[in-house]
Amino acid sequence: MITEIAFYLFAFVLVLSGVMVVSARNPVHSVLFLILGFFNAAGLFLIAGAEFLAMILVIVYVGAVAVLFLFVVMMLDVNFDQLREGLQRYAPVGLAVGVALLAELIFAVGGFHLVPIVTPTAAAPGAPVLGNTAALGQLIYTHYVLLFQLCGLVLLVAMIGAIVLTLRERPSARRQDVSLQHLRQPADTIQLMTLGLNASVDELGGFIRPRDGYGAVAAHGTNRAPEQHQTDHHHGT
Amino acid sequence: MASNGLQAVGLGPFLTVGAILLVLGVFGIFLNRKNVIILMMSIELILLAGNLNLVAFSAAHGELSGQVFTLFSLTVAAAEAAIGLAIVTVYFRNRGSIQVEDVTLMKG
Repeated sequence: MITEIAFYLFAFVLVLSGVMVVSARNPVHSVLFLILGFFNAAGLFLIAGAEFLAMILVIVYVGAVAVLFLFVVMMLDVNFDQLREGLQRYAPVGLAVGVALLAELIFAVGGFHLVPIVTPTAAAPGAPVLGNTAALGQLIYTHYVLLFQLCGLVLLVAMIGAIVLTLRERPSARRQDVSLQHLRQPADTIQLMTLGLNASVDELGGFIRPRDGYGAVAAHGTNRAPEQHQTDHHHGT
Repeated sequence: MASNGLQAVGLGPFLTVGAILLVLGVFGIFLNRKNVIILMMSIELILLAGNLNLVAFSAAHGELSGQVFTLFSLTVAAAEAAIGLAIVTVYFRNRGSIQVEDVTLMKG
């Protein structure tokens, strides 16, 4: 009895939040209702006995995906009023398609009943004594280990793809290039000049600025290279 | 492992909730023709409906493969959301808009 009450509560809130996701005026509200819907779907998963998936849904979806949506919605400075313009135009079409789809589903699934050909303990060896998570783990790491690894590969490719898509090389950014620093030789930047006593470097044309190899990178701001002062005085005296 | 919860509620209500969610997702795709982000949220709703059906049938059959498949589909959905949002971000950076009808660079 308590299970049924919980089920209908979760289902009601899930459907309600689904309605609000597609019909909210503010996309931030849409994302928040999506999060609420995921929480309630996790409740439904719990009722169906899929505890591990319920936790995955809360952690992965609410924790990562929905927050990613929220982040993008808030980061992009979109004029949302402009995006709502065609709402009334498309609503009848969408409503017609939705009603047709729902009617088809009712017709198709309405006469459906589960044929009990599958004995409840046929699959998942040891499932009745194990918990859901342990049984799922045994199944994933034995029968489905290849698919499981491929899932990891899909996530890796998605991560690399997202980084590649959004990475932007800004030419104005000043960042450290370690290999360039390691390649720098003393002869590139330090110049030894032989000066007579009391002679000034100005007579020899002054300090020569960093040469091309390094100066191409650090041309502008670093015209007063301090290491050039000391060399000449030590050698000259 | 046929759980007690599904036996108490029955398979039908689970499938009904899944069907309603699917219809809501399709309706949302038609309703928000301009906003890519809400389109992607509608796709998430549709995927959630599919996952709900998979879990319900898995519990009804006492067969854990459905939950394994749900795990995989959750993975793919997460990857899809990440890639899609990255594309939206790059597109907004380049064009300053995320209207679906403006996406005509490829003459689609």
